[in-house]
Amino acid sequence: MVVRALKDEGVEHIYGYPGGSVLHLYDALFQQEDVKHVLVRHEQAATHMADAYARATGKAGVALVTSGPGATNAVTGIATAYMDSIPMVVITGQVMSHLIGEDAFQETDMVGISRPVVKHNFSVQRPEEIPTIIKKAFHIAQTGRPGPVVVDIPKDMTTPTDRFEYEYPKNVKLRSYNPVSRGHSGQIKKAMDLFLGAKRPVILAGGGVVIGHASEELRELVNLVNVPTTNTLMALGALAGRDKHNLGMLGMHGSYEANMAMHHADVILNIGARFDDRVTNGTDKFCPTAKIIHVDIDPASISKTIRADIPIVGPAKNVLEEMLSILKASKKQLDAEAMKSWWEQIDEWRGRHGGRYRTDDSELMKPQQVIEMLDTITNGDAYVCSDVGQHQMYAAQYYKFNHPNRWINSGGLGTMGFGLPAAMGVKMNFPDADVACVTGEGSIQMNIQELSTCSQYDIPVKIICLNNQSLGMVRQWQDMNYESRHSQSYMKSLPDFVKLAESYGHVGMKVDKYSDLEGAMREAFAMKDRLVFMDIAVDPYEHVYPMQVPRGAMRDMWLSKTERT
Amino acid sequence: MRHIISVLLENEPGALSRVVGLFSQRNFNIESLTVAPTDDETLSRLTVTTIGDDRVVEQITKQLNKLIDVVKVVDLTEGEHIERELMMIKLKANNGTVRAEIKRTSDIFRGQIIDATQNTFTVQLVGSSSKLDAFIEALSGASILEVVRSGVSGVARGEKVLSL
Repeated sequence: MVVRALKDEGVEHIYGYPGGSVLHLYDALFQQEDVKHVLVRHEQAATHMADAYARATGKAGVALVTSGPGATNAVTGIATAYMDSIPMVVITGQVMSHLIGEDAFQETDMVGISRPVVKHNFSVQRPEEIPTIIKKAFHIAQTGRPGPVVVDIPKDMTTPTDRFEYEYPKNVKLRSYNPVSRGHSGQIKKAMDLFLGAKRPVILAGGGVVIGHASEELRELVNLVNVPTTNTLMALGALAGRDKHNLGMLGMHGSYEANMAMHHADVILNIGARFDDRVTNGTDKFCPTAKIIHVDIDPASISKTIRADIPIVGPAKNVLEEMLSILKASKKQLDAEAMKSWWEQIDEWRGRHGGRYRTDDSELMKPQQVIEMLDTITNGDAYVCSDVGQHQMYAAQYYKFNHPNRWINSGGLGTMGFGLPAAMGVKMNFPDADVACVTGEGSIQMNIQELSTCSQYDIPVKIICLNNQSLGMVRQWQDMNYESRHSQSYMKSLPDFVKLAESYGHVGMKVDKYSDLEGAMREAFAMKDRLVFMDIAVDPYEHVYPMQVPRGAMRDMWLSKTERT
Repeated sequence: MRHIISVLLENEPGALSRVVGLFSQRNFNIESLTVAPTDDETLSRLTVTTIGDDRVVEQITKQLNKLIDVVKVVDLTEGEHIERELMMIKLKANNGTVRAEIKRTSDIFRGQIIDATQNTFTVQLVGSSSKLDAFIEALSGASILEVVRSGVSGVARGEKVLSL
């Protein structure tokens, strides 16, 4: 019944790992061909694959794991999806219902454990309710502010000899769950009034634009009003990276011009960003002269950290459409004189090249150069699936995404080990696209066992490992805040990644010199049907800049090891 | 400031733990909590009293509304409302003077002695939380053996109702 419901929901791939309490389900999977199962090597990877599928396609990904350790291993992946509002349905096995609460073998209270990191969860009490619960799970996961939903199924609910009437509901309605489908027109009008009166406006795009499929509308708006636009880590690609309006990412490691523009803005139009601590820096010093228009589908995100002057609860796409129709019909326009001098100011900030890296003080390859090469070779069109750390920030800063939904990273939870399974989840669903996993030698080892899954299913992702022989971001903080006491941030006895990749049947490459980089990377991407592990030695002393001064204002930044704003 | 928040909740297994979990997960404070089914058996009504500034209370109501099992939320303290709490308090009452004093004080507070033994009185008192506090204060001479309080329940005055 579970498998049939998944098929009727239109699920093509599920990612999982079998075990005692889900054996009935695995037997059902064996006897059909519509729902294809991908066997991972660790349940965390199954959830990341499902999550990345959702990030790239907008549809809920599905993972299936057993009870006890299978379920707890999935928790990190569920929390990762929760923090980034990613639709996902995770089916977890449970011990037989008469054993629940008796500390049975492989029993764990998954409904309890997952509660703080899911949008909702279900525990199946009667087998006949399975189709409805699965329908509800997908409905909840994919509507409103999306998020992961766990369905916990005791083994005796899937006994194959028990037969029930099966009907998969077309729709479900929950009296206690009615996500908004459109923004309040009066508020939108008020917002546009304020916006058109601005002299120094900034548009801030957040993950809601990407998840809410509103990039086209955003692009139209930006071009229509010719306003400088910045984006959060979650919204890379919402506006093209090479668009002249694009100031780049803002926040802790945001660009100099984006943070300066935010600080001096008089009106900020925030669409789908939740003003988290990595974006705002010190909230009491945040953008002192700005009036804030905040569009978010989740009312709880509005005025949580930064008070909104004009709150608009609604989906980014609908609200942007309404804004566009108001602006097109409006006689009022932004003050051309003021906008001219605002752009001049912005171009001056751009010209200062704050935070740009230097190549002259070291013979070692800079990590930023590797990302720029990746950008050049893939022309800004690749799916870039990142792990967490310095390499993630370099990728966010230096890869210029042409399209939304191609930057796949764990922004909210910051889960090391996300990158490789994420790249696998994307590549399996977009076999013709270039899919790169940008990682470091620390992160990659957190889910490196998945190289085996890649062999089994022929998943030819390209692993771009920026190897600085240390946990770079930890080390950077130790350099800046702990007088360079590198406590546990240096990794001894790294494996020979080339041989390791080869032992799984993949291609390994080692690159030490910048002069070899372009050739090697082109060769790697030319091998369309091979996984290539590029172990690239980079400068271990490099830091990510700009970096905001803790608890300061948006404009307070370190621009290099020696320069501060 | 103290707020009384009333919640209509699906009467489902695990629904209460979602509410309680939310408070601890987001570092919200719970002063008291009561919950029981309503006349509609599919719904429970929950009343929580909490202390926080406007920003925190706004977050509490918004986050509660986000829970799938929560049907409706209202902050009763935003308008005119009535709050009641029930207390049963067991006191040492082993001589005539003490017994007379307890009787007198509970009469003043409109309490009832609902159980009496040779050595104890149990007094029942209904009222706002501050009235119950005042009663305990007034009894400072007596020796308190046990205090049982129900937590606050509340309802809006007049025609305002919290229902489906």
